[in-house]
Amino acid sequence: MIHQYKLNGYNIVLDVCSGGVHVVDDLAYDAIALFDQGAAEEDLLPALQKTYPDLPAEEIAGCIDAVRGLKESGQLFAEDTFAPMAGELKRRSGGIVKALCLHIAHTCNLNCEYCFASQGKYHGERAVMPLDVAKRAMDFLVENSGTRRNLEVDFFGGEPLMNFDVVKQTVAYARSIEKEHGKNFRFTLTTNGMLIDDDVIDFANRECVNVVLSLDGRKEIHDKYRVDYAGNGSFERIVPKFQKLVAARGNKNYYMRGTFTHNNPDFTEDIKTMLDLGFTELSMEPVVAAPGDPAALTPADAEIVKDQYEKLAQLMLERKKEGRPFTFYHYMLDLKSGPCIYKRISGCGSGTEYMAVTPWGDLYPCHQFVGEEAFLLGNIYTGVTNTAVRDRFAVCNVYTREECRGCWARLYCSGGCAANAWHATGDINGVYKQGCELFRKRMECAIMLAAEEALAGEDNA
Amino acid sequence: MEHIKTIQTRPLCADAKNSGCGECQTSCQSACKTSCGIANQACENKSEKE
Repeated sequence: MIHQYKLNGYNIVLDVCSGGVHVVDDLAYDAIALFDQGAAEEDLLPALQKTYPDLPAEEIAGCIDAVRGLKESGQLFAEDTFAPMAGELKRRSGGIVKALCLHIAHTCNLNCEYCFASQGKYHGERAVMPLDVAKRAMDFLVENSGTRRNLEVDFFGGEPLMNFDVVKQTVAYARSIEKEHGKNFRFTLTTNGMLIDDDVIDFANRECVNVVLSLDGRKEIHDKYRVDYAGNGSFERIVPKFQKLVAARGNKNYYMRGTFTHNNPDFTEDIKTMLDLGFTELSMEPVVAAPGDPAALTPADAEIVKDQYEKLAQLMLERKKEGRPFTFYHYMLDLKSGPCIYKRISGCGSGTEYMAVTPWGDLYPCHQFVGEEAFLLGNIYTGVTNTAVRDRFAVCNVYTREECRGCWARLYCSGGCAANAWHATGDINGVYKQGCELFRKRMECAIMLAAEEALAGEDNA
Repeated sequence: MEHIKTIQTRPLCADAKNSGCGECQTSCQSACKTSCGIANQACENKSEKE
């Protein structure tokens, strides 16, 4: 299977199963399309001569040979032989848990209308995680991580800094046990910024491999949804704090992470605001909202968003030329040494290697399922007891989703988000069509950028 | 004239032998939290790189 598209002056041919990416001229683009359509050998040359009457027949024949050569060497039209491997990684790592989303605070000091976590409460009562629960969660992770060395813990909420003392003590506890167990804890923090102070900055820069800072971009856009309980926007209060944190961060990772909604499908303008504020590691995500919600993206918005993804890619190229580069989370493709095939076909890991822990120690398949009682897996004291739910997640991958089989982007999303699928279709093995549509556009842009980078490297060599 | 430039990519078909160590980051532990993209995760398989 191949995927052909033209973007930003490049003709790109992606060979889905080999992972091959070819940048081609118009003649090769059309020749590959004819191969894909199953044109007979003897029809190839005449068909292309008709389209390119000015080109010598030998040149066209040479191009056809080159396409045939790529096909024979498995770099074009490679067969999909991965289906039997799809459940393998999860089977091999049966029962291993290596990443926790730690809901350290089911409460928030902002009252963002679009929050998927219902202002941090996840449809339940406000709560903060006591230290003994957090410590037990660290033990649970160590006990269940098998031979995995890298263990990931994201401090999440609600707003995790509303329980900052427990965050600090949890990290101290984890650090005290990691060596004896041969583990390496990697902490991340997702925060709205309201409570950032020097202590937080020092902690985050010392202990967290990544911090995710919530900012929606333009002041008027940010302040429409990201308001306090009095209804006041938070932009003016958080931006200086984020700037201070990022300035102190050195080379450590961070992401400014925004959400775009029906209110701002032209989100590239928000990216520009982030850049103007001095931030260069950026991420913007489509809102997760039920259809009919005023924040939800409409089909018309989705068209605008797709155009915006192209504009964003162009902006990245322009800024790179000007010596002012920035990164966009979804465009960070490493074609040479990105994820292996097992990672690409195994799904996101929710409900198996990745789980969310509530303030009282319950386990859910991921943060987006917290509060959905049908998905309660167990708790950090007794472990996973609802094995039926875990088993459903264990066999949930790109090959168990019928609709993914014909999708060229399936080895880039690994079947997509189980929570989005469930919200959209009532089934974790469903697909969230709008999300897929936007994802495919993001991947087209990301592959174009990666190809541009590779070709620029060749030219400079 | 060169009609096709092939970008160097990780050969997925030849990948099955020595991959799948499981040490790489879980996708939702990075920045997104609301969508799934695995292609932008870095490979951490040390034995493969050695």
